[in-house]
Amino acid sequence: MAVIVDVAIQGAQMLLVLLLSPLLTGFVRKIKARLVRRQGPPLLQPYRDLIRLMRKDVVLAQSASWLFRVVPYLVFATTWVALSLVPTFRTGLLFSWSADLIAIIALLGSARFFLALAGLDVGTSFGGIGSSREVMIASLAEPAMLMIVFMLALIAGSTQLSTMSAFMNSSEVGLRVSLGLGLIALIMVAIAENARIPVDNPATHLELTMVHEAMILEYSGRHLALIELSASLKLLLYVSLIACLFAPWGMGTTEAGPQALAIGALTYIGKLAVGGFLLAMFETAIAKMRVFRVPEFLGAALMLALLATLLRFVSRSF
Amino acid sequence: MPGLIDTLPGARRVEAHRPWPRVVVGEEGWQFTARQLVDGQATLLGLWGEAGAVHMAILAAPTNEIAVVTCECPGGEFPSVSALHPPAMRLERAIASLYGLQPIGLPDTRPWLDHGCWDVTHPLGERGAGPSERMPYAFLLAEGDGLHQIPVGPVHAGIIEPGHFRFTANGETVVRLEQRLGYVHKGIESLMAGATLEKAAQLAGRTSGDSTVAYALAFAHAVEAALEVTVPPRAIYLRALMAELERLANHFGDIGAICNDASFSLMHAQCSILRERVLRAANSCFGHRLMMDRIVPGGVADGIFLHGSADIQMLLAEIRRIFPALIELYDNTASLQDRTVTTGIVQPSLVRQFGAGGYVGRASGRAFDARRAPGYAPYDQLTFDVPVFEGGDVNARVWVRIREVEQSLSLIDQIVDRLPDGPMRTGIDMAGAKGEGLGLVEAFRGDVLAWVRIDGGHIARCHLRDASWFQWPLLEAAIEGNIVADFPLCNKSFNCSYSGHDL
Repeated sequence: MAVIVDVAIQGAQMLLVLLLSPLLTGFVRKIKARLVRRQGPPLLQPYRDLIRLMRKDVVLAQSASWLFRVVPYLVFATTWVALSLVPTFRTGLLFSWSADLIAIIALLGSARFFLALAGLDVGTSFGGIGSSREVMIASLAEPAMLMIVFMLALIAGSTQLSTMSAFMNSSEVGLRVSLGLGLIALIMVAIAENARIPVDNPATHLELTMVHEAMILEYSGRHLALIELSASLKLLLYVSLIACLFAPWGMGTTEAGPQALAIGALTYIGKLAVGGFLLAMFETAIAKMRVFRVPEFLGAALMLALLATLLRFVSRSF
Repeated sequence: MPGLIDTLPGARRVEAHRPWPRVVVGEEGWQFTARQLVDGQATLLGLWGEAGAVHMAILAAPTNEIAVVTCECPGGEFPSVSALHPPAMRLERAIASLYGLQPIGLPDTRPWLDHGCWDVTHPLGERGAGPSERMPYAFLLAEGDGLHQIPVGPVHAGIIEPGHFRFTANGETVVRLEQRLGYVHKGIESLMAGATLEKAAQLAGRTSGDSTVAYALAFAHAVEAALEVTVPPRAIYLRALMAELERLANHFGDIGAICNDASFSLMHAQCSILRERVLRAANSCFGHRLMMDRIVPGGVADGIFLHGSADIQMLLAEIRRIFPALIELYDNTASLQDRTVTTGIVQPSLVRQFGAGGYVGRASGRAFDARRAPGYAPYDQLTFDVPVFEGGDVNARVWVRIREVEQSLSLIDQIVDRLPDGPMRTGIDMAGAKGEGLGLVEAFRGDVLAWVRIDGGHIARCHLRDASWFQWPLLEAAIEGNIVADFPLCNKSFNCSYSGHDL
């Protein structure tokens, strides 16, 4: 019986994130539009876009190999699996015992690796530009992310997200300088990883400034839909990750009944809304940085995470 | 002090060319003029052809005296100006494309406006059959280790005009940019030939839609000069009012769009609102948002500005309330300043050599403004400054626009204050009319030149030269050594016209 409940809850979480992720993207767009006094697209527009793309034919470049066709599925699968490991409304998910935070980073890393390959595969100059920029950003974001994981693991005594989340929710944690630094570093990495302003602009029409968009410029139809959905999932993943580590309140535990789960789900949606709103505010208030400033930006994230880890060694109370 | 044209060897002055003189010279005089350009004694204002002759408009440096120099070339050949003075290069390539006149010694003989898609060659000269197949365009080479080419356009990801940009880059650093334009060639000069005055005025106003007032004004100036028409004072002031409104609208659009290219959408949204307000005020005062066809030779169109200036005054009040906060926002957003400052620097020497006008010239220390010199009514009676900056970067070009907005606001105030009463238009009798005229008008992006020859009651030949002709080549220089991702920002700060250039 317990196994059935576990499977059901894991399945519910996977469905929930799949259904929610375009909404988060739409919500951020809507808030950004309202902040600059525009009406903005309806909240449900990302769903409509996905349906529209799914119905369209795929136009393939003549130079595209099998890799180009396979990559959208790979990217989607790895991102979805990675997200299924992040506790959203309830900790102690069935899958979460089989993989930890490092596995999530590895999954996202492989998704990006394949996407960069696909960008190079068609042989257009924009794909090449996008891939090279994306890999430059990744090579700096991933070390910073790993350093954050080490810092959190040192504090929580585990890299397993449910355990970490439970620890963060306990009274043992308190206010810690290292956690504050880690949170800032994680937000910086999340912005870079999700191709948001100031690192990349998801709404740009300027092909020469694109990073993520340049890489996927040759995709169309259902391939593009899958990649867009993966991008939404990735945004949801990072917001959920930040929420689960730094704002784990309200999450249901393994013993939680239906009422606690409902509370967990509601607070989760509340957290997403706050996260999306803050992201939109931040993106509106800042201009995009020069491509060569990105290493400085991510270098700062790495240094913050490193500092947080070192502080942890200086004193247990930091 | 003897003027430049008095010193030209073998010059013969042409009658009935107004308001500035036109002289016909031989090859010797032509090359003498070209050397004056090289020495910086004069600035090239325009270079255009017609069947059997080429004309060059110059602005003499110390006196701001304008002259048109003509070289007759019955053999279909003339000595190349660009062999000595590179800014004339594209103009001569365009002449070769359209008229089939061959500039002898032209360093770059690739066609410019003719992409090989027309079913004729030299549509305005001696026509020949079009090419049976399209020849590939030989882009200039840049050689070295690790260089790669990035072709961009003519179809872009956003809704903008078409133009092809060929980058040669080393990683992210641009080594060379080469433009290829001409995709929006509409054959305006060909349509002008033989057109009635009314039709020609409409065509002139459609050369570049964002500068329709300036083009119509330049064309009207040229026609009025050719036929010695006096424009009523009320029309003169209303024309200036429209020109300043157009400048305001475009500068607001540009300031916002430049910031938007640095992904700072807040500024874009606010400036778009201001631009929209200007366009609505224009619509309510002049009956057209862009004020198209409101300026006609002889005056302004009938039935405009009936309700007076209340809308304009409300507009000014609103802009004065909002714009200072936007300037502060631009100046205080560090992430935005980081993008615009020191990006895409144009050297002052290049600006002087190319005679680049508008914000491109004034951001690099060239204080040329056609409203000031040679000047035209009513600006001689109005007080305004010509803002000049020395930085030459994107930031300087934004600041020129910001200061020009302030100047335009003050100008509109003065115009509305002094707006005289009286007739709106002088009738022009075209029956058997004959004459040649030149107009030079300051559009928002720089000086627009219009040259017209009227013969037998029709337009015999009309040439319109956009400011972009001398700005596009500088963009190639500005981006050199910058990174590829900064090109859209540089490009938007130039905001050159494709349509006005491709004609």
